Amino acid sequence: MSEAISVLAAALGDGSVEVVDLTHTLDPDFPVIVLPPEFGQCARFRMEEVSAYDGRGPAWKWHNISMNEHTGTHFDAPIHWVSGRDVANGAVDEIDPAMFVGPVVVIDCSEGAASDDDFELTPEIIAAWEAEHGPIPANSWVLMRTDWSKRRGAEYLNMADDGPHSPGPTPAAIEMLLARDIRGFGTETVGTDAGQGAHYTPPYPAHYLLHGAGKFGLQCLSNLDRLPATGAMLIAPPLKIKGGTGSPLRVLALVPGKTGSGE
Amino acid sequence: MTDKLLPPKKKNPQLRQRVPTLPPAMRSRAALGLTAAAARGEFSLQHCEDCGAVQYPPRDACSSCLSVKLSWRETGRQGKLIAETRIHASPDPYYRERLPWRSGLVRLDAGPTVLCHLHGDVGRGDTLRMDLKLDKAGQGAMIALPVERTPDMADDPQLRSLTADPKHRRILITDIRSPMTRPLIDGLLAAGAAHVFVGQSESWRRGSDHEAIAALDKVSVVQLDVTDASSVQRLAAEIGGKTDILINTARFVRPGGVLGADTVFAREEFETNALGLMRLAQAFGPGMASRTADGVNSAVALVNLLSVHALSADPHYGAFSASQSAALSISQTLRSEFRSSGLRVINVFTGPTDDEWHQPLPPPKVPPKALAKSVLTALGEGLEDVFCGDVAKDLQERWRKDAKVLERELTGGGA
Repeated sequence: MSEAISVLAAALGDGSVEVVDLTHTLDPDFPVIVLPPEFGQCARFRMEEVSAYDGRGPAWKWHNISMNEHTGTHFDAPIHWVSGRDVANGAVDEIDPAMFVGPVVVIDCSEGAASDDDFELTPEIIAAWEAEHGPIPANSWVLMRTDWSKRRGAEYLNMADDGPHSPGPTPAAIEMLLARDIRGFGTETVGTDAGQGAHYTPPYPAHYLLHGAGKFGLQCLSNLDRLPATGAMLIAPPLKIKGGTGSPLRVLALVPGKTGSGE
Repeated sequence: MTDKLLPPKKKNPQLRQRVPTLPPAMRSRAALGLTAAAARGEFSLQHCEDCGAVQYPPRDACSSCLSVKLSWRETGRQGKLIAETRIHASPDPYYRERLPWRSGLVRLDAGPTVLCHLHGDVGRGDTLRMDLKLDKAGQGAMIALPVERTPDMADDPQLRSLTADPKHRRILITDIRSPMTRPLIDGLLAAGAAHVFVGQSESWRRGSDHEAIAALDKVSVVQLDVTDASSVQRLAAEIGGKTDILINTARFVRPGGVLGADTVFAREEFETNALGLMRLAQAFGPGMASRTADGVNSAVALVNLLSVHALSADPHYGAFSASQSAALSISQTLRSEFRSSGLRVINVFTGPTDDEWHQPLPPPKVPPKALAKSVLTALGEGLEDVFCGDVAKDLQERWRKDAKVLERELTGGGA
């Protein structure tokens, strides 16, 4: 096994394996999910200067930061949703750390999402993907690429009078992924569910079904266009928050490089 | 007639900006009654409870019967100018820069003769209307005004030094989402404001009227979130040097008491309503305080909107009331900190506002237009504490009478 690690180290060194950052910058102005105002809201990321090489701390600069567990690029643990409240080891501090490093496949929905804000990931699309790339391996992350992360400002949440409009999976698509026994599902949008996901049965199928089955979620991902459909490795360890339902995190992918002898 | 105040020319960047100075600020404790009346826009003098004599200047014992039972009461404003003088030389740094300065003796119909500032439109022998206003030192000062309004009356330099008139000034309104922002913009522009900057938080979450506001002449929408220090500092770096009046309309309110409510909304209320004011004052205050003598469009006021329940809690809005008390307390410290500059901190208190967060409450509720009007009155009259609407006025009176009685009434039960 130590041989595998030295091979990986060498591949990282010579560029035959590259590291891709799938994370948005934690910025006070980065959009968070907006719920009806009578509900509790997701806190925005905030940063307060404690000292900056000044009278408050002459040789050092540091900040207090605050946010929700679900602010920015973040991980959803099973206990985030009511369906997963009784899942064993369902909080971020309890999840087996082996779950935080694993294979990832990417289903490219960017073309459909470009022309339809409410584009749906359906079982047909998954079947077509499998016809091309083979069955989705068990215990792998499945990411839905929409290029939504390239949107800025009001276009990102895409709020309208009848709620947000952004792409996501149908309940049947999530059922199909669960039948493959995936590790988790990730998106570029503000949630794993479609903007109009409240109107499916069950409402918010990705949250409801995935977390009920003890699976994980990743959202607000970026740079998914830099991942291959198969063959990449995802590194996504949430902060070890006691009883945490999720966590902002740095999501990295190891992908085959353009140079070197990795292939 | 008053000369019409013209828009200021662009500043000559080679000239040193005029440094803020204050008129003499020393007063006896008794004389602070004039200041308190001026802050609220009242005209009050001491009345002897024993012999009825009206006193001026304020004192500790009656000038006719030596009784110490003197009480402040609203007094008739009518008077007659019996002598006037135009001062051409003064050793006082504040007045030296503003010469010539007119002052005069007015015999009040109520009795005493007072020495006061004179509006340009009053002359010897005129019957006139007295007003008590806060001067740059934050002390009550009397000015004699014409009985009937005259054209461009507010442009009189002596009167303008006692007000925070928006004419030709540049104003920042901090939150475009407040329902009072639109009527406030309209009112300020009608009052001759040179420009209105309107803060918009979370531009990724646009409101339906934001585009219409951005399209208005002399109005710019700028990025500002009072809960985010970096956002406040960024905007202050951009327009802090040309913000003459800052009106903080940012507010977060959720119904609920203390036991049943969570601390998440309470934190948001404190972040926006109390700490937001602190962030704004820290970022914009020093720049504004340095520009309080900067000509026609000098910096003049920071306006804060508060619930009247800052004085005594509404248990149905428990955490919100607490955030309002905190904001009131912060505004008092700011008054102290801005005192040496003459920058005024104005608090406009309101009862329940007619908005989505006060839906189940019965009228009277304060409509956004009325609140905007109170802000304009506060600026135009140079007030420091304004109570908007019947509920706020009533609560304030009961609070002044006996804060404990009011608390007992608001907290339920009993008669």
